[in-house]
Amino acid sequence: MVDLIQLIVSGTATGAIYALAALGFTLLWQASGTINFAQGEFVMLPAFTMLICTTRGVPLWLAFLVACVVSAILLGIGFKRIVVDPLIRHGVIPLVIATLGLSIGLKQLVKASYAAEAQPFPSVFPAGQFPLFGTHVSYSDVGTLLIAGLIVISLQLFLKRTVTGRAMQACAQNMDAAKVLGINVKTMVLYVFIINAVLAAVASLLISPTYLAKFDMGDSIGQKAFFAAIIGGFNQTSGALLGGVLIGVLENLIGFYVSPAYKEGVALVLFMVVILFRPEGLLGKAEERKV
Amino acid sequence: MTTTPSFLEVKDVRKAYGAIKAVDGVSFSVGPGEIVGVIGPNGSGKTTLFNSILGQIKPTSGGVEFCGEDITGMSPLELARRGVGRTFQTLQVFTHLSVRDNLIAAAQEFKSTMPARLFAAPDAGLGHHADEMIEMFRLKHVAHLKAGTLSYGQQKLIDIAMAFMPAPRLVLLDEPCAGVNPSLVDQLRELLCELNRTQGGSFVVIEHNMDFIMKLCPHVICMVEGKVLAEGPPAEVQANRHVLEAYLGN
Amino acid sequence: MNAKTGKLALVVGIAAFAILPLFLKGYGVYLCALFCVYLMATLGLNLTVGYAGQMSLGQAAFFGIGAYHAAILLKLGWPFFLVLPIAAVACFLVGLLLGFPALRVQHHYLAFATLGFNILVFLIMRNEATITGGPLGISGIPRPSLFGISLDADLRYFWFTLFFTVVLAAILWWLLRSPWGRAFAALRDNPIRAESLGINITAYTLFAFAIGAACAGVAGVFYASLLQFIEPSSFQFSYSLMMLLAVIVGGSGRFFGPVLGTVIIVLLPEWLRFMQNWYLAVFGFAIVALMIFLPGGLLSLPERLGWKGASK
Repeated sequence: MVDLIQLIVSGTATGAIYALAALGFTLLWQASGTINFAQGEFVMLPAFTMLICTTRGVPLWLAFLVACVVSAILLGIGFKRIVVDPLIRHGVIPLVIATLGLSIGLKQLVKASYAAEAQPFPSVFPAGQFPLFGTHVSYSDVGTLLIAGLIVISLQLFLKRTVTGRAMQACAQNMDAAKVLGINVKTMVLYVFIINAVLAAVASLLISPTYLAKFDMGDSIGQKAFFAAIIGGFNQTSGALLGGVLIGVLENLIGFYVSPAYKEGVALVLFMVVILFRPEGLLGKAEERKV
Repeated sequence: MTTTPSFLEVKDVRKAYGAIKAVDGVSFSVGPGEIVGVIGPNGSGKTTLFNSILGQIKPTSGGVEFCGEDITGMSPLELARRGVGRTFQTLQVFTHLSVRDNLIAAAQEFKSTMPARLFAAPDAGLGHHADEMIEMFRLKHVAHLKAGTLSYGQQKLIDIAMAFMPAPRLVLLDEPCAGVNPSLVDQLRELLCELNRTQGGSFVVIEHNMDFIMKLCPHVICMVEGKVLAEGPPAEVQANRHVLEAYLGN
Repeated sequence: MNAKTGKLALVVGIAAFAILPLFLKGYGVYLCALFCVYLMATLGLNLTVGYAGQMSLGQAAFFGIGAYHAAILLKLGWPFFLVLPIAAVACFLVGLLLGFPALRVQHHYLAFATLGFNILVFLIMRNEATITGGPLGISGIPRPSLFGISLDADLRYFWFTLFFTVVLAAILWWLLRSPWGRAFAALRDNPIRAESLGINITAYTLFAFAIGAACAGVAGVFYASLLQFIEPSSFQFSYSLMMLLAVIVGGSGRFFGPVLGTVIIVLLPEWLRFMQNWYLAVFGFAIVALMIFLPGGLLSLPERLGWKGASK
């Protein structure tokens, strides 16, 4: 019982990080039809940007800001201008291949230029645990959960309550109608790319202390992000959160009670079950077939 | 009243988008071999009606029956299997296939079963039929060229020919004359008349070109603001005061 | 080039490749055979990616399933020509089971399903040590013999593999010339129209995927016998990615695209060995550049240039 609570809390924390990556992935797909297979590397790269800064004595909060700016420029604006814009008219497959190539390129670039081994990463939260419901929960799990939750909820509010946010959602739902309504679609899509990059940087800050900074850390995170997005429901931003948390918790439980060896397979099985029985995702809404 | 067995039965179809009633209680029937034209000003609900019949839109209420079977909301695949064909407003040919392959592709799925087609001759036994169609549509000189390389008019002819390759029992034609030059319009009309005679299928045609509709269709329906305003032989509908008002304004 | 000279060039090309290993040392012969093995898998993948227009990121998993079938059954003394169809059918069925739920919902989902599947298959290979030998893999896999002639010698095994690669290619060529091939071309060109003409897109894509998977299974059997030793790491996701890139780099949807692509994938690591760690980084960004400048793959280059010349 004691274990169960700990497992659920830490699973939820990890799941919330998956949700951050999944959220950006969903937004990107909705706004521009980009299926970004380099999403995991978008989480990995800021970890190394931060490491480069902190090893030179820069405090972590400043390193994080630097990483956000670098990510927004390189993985937000740069990614859109250099990779997505020229490719989007060729259809889905060339763009998917390009993001797969980008994923290999970024991973191997970090491996060759920085390190092949996992690097320790400073945590934002104090070490240690505090008592909760008769068990002990670590500060970092609770902190991670709070920050990730806060960001997901504020993003929700931004998308639902602000003019810019609503304009972005309008673009995602119907590009042509948004254009007719006088929304600057291009700017909105660019915002989505920047938001995606920053979300990935936050995920990086939260996940690297536990999972260590490694060139291939994105493989697992990226994969969880895709599955979380689909499990939760692609056309719902809250779906990404549910999907992420579900994967995080189930991974922990199955890893502990069944077999740690199959932890990585949990997301796939959950995905297959969901698309068999609820194809639109747990929170998704079935869409009318398009002509 | 004649009691010809009606073939396509549109029953009180309604489709509302919020407060806007795009189609507001439309009923009509089409008999076997009959050609029915649907006219009406822009925004009169023709396309929504069309999409409701073709299962692309789920009507708010009402339904569509084909040969006594409810076909409301069926997928394009299920409709095709029941012998309901269609053409699109815009060009929809397989641009990377030759004209002949376009025509064979249009009909091969109606021949035998999927596993049997794997072992069938490359032309699926449809080569002769495709050549006849090519002859009829005067496309012989371009039969082996890729459809995407041809002129708009030629592609339009291929597009129409494809819909008729499987000899469907009912064809819905969505503005067949859109973007077609006047000399081709006449050719198109003659071809459609001939296909109606030889294949015996029923047509429902949406069209803006009045002259074309009046000459092709013995029965015309005029829609305005989601409702059927007038229905009958073309001359009658054309002379109807309400129709003139709707087109010319008060 | 007309059809006749094309056929002649093909025959001469295959014959030249068949005698090439006579002039090579052991490692060269091995690379030639490895090329044939990977080519079987990429020819099949081209059916899924190039002809049916679907992304598959799990070809190495099917390759692995074929290889493990071969390793386990051949070591039990089962005849090679029984193991081959068993592996193919197993991969075909697994392909149907995996592809059906994904393709039924949304065609992009196949990419995610295959990606996850590859990871799951890898975990099973690594963890179910009693069957798969775990991380150590399975060694001592026998090579078959043909009409009493042992194929243990590398050169003979190469010819054996080459022969079956040509047979597999011929089967796929025939498949693409059948009405099925036309249906593939049609649904890739214009799925909406295809569906309105009764072409069952889901069924065709599903079968294309499953047949592609079966090809990988066949390739896996030849791979197990070629190396005589297999381990889980040869069937990781990164190998699926490499096979996919081989198809794309060569030119997906072109019959000979995977041939060129597979040559590149097999030989590039040898040529670029001097770059050491940087090789894969350069490779990754080169893929991005290729997609931006030549999305149709290398075989589309003459067309591209020719088209530009014609428009002047």
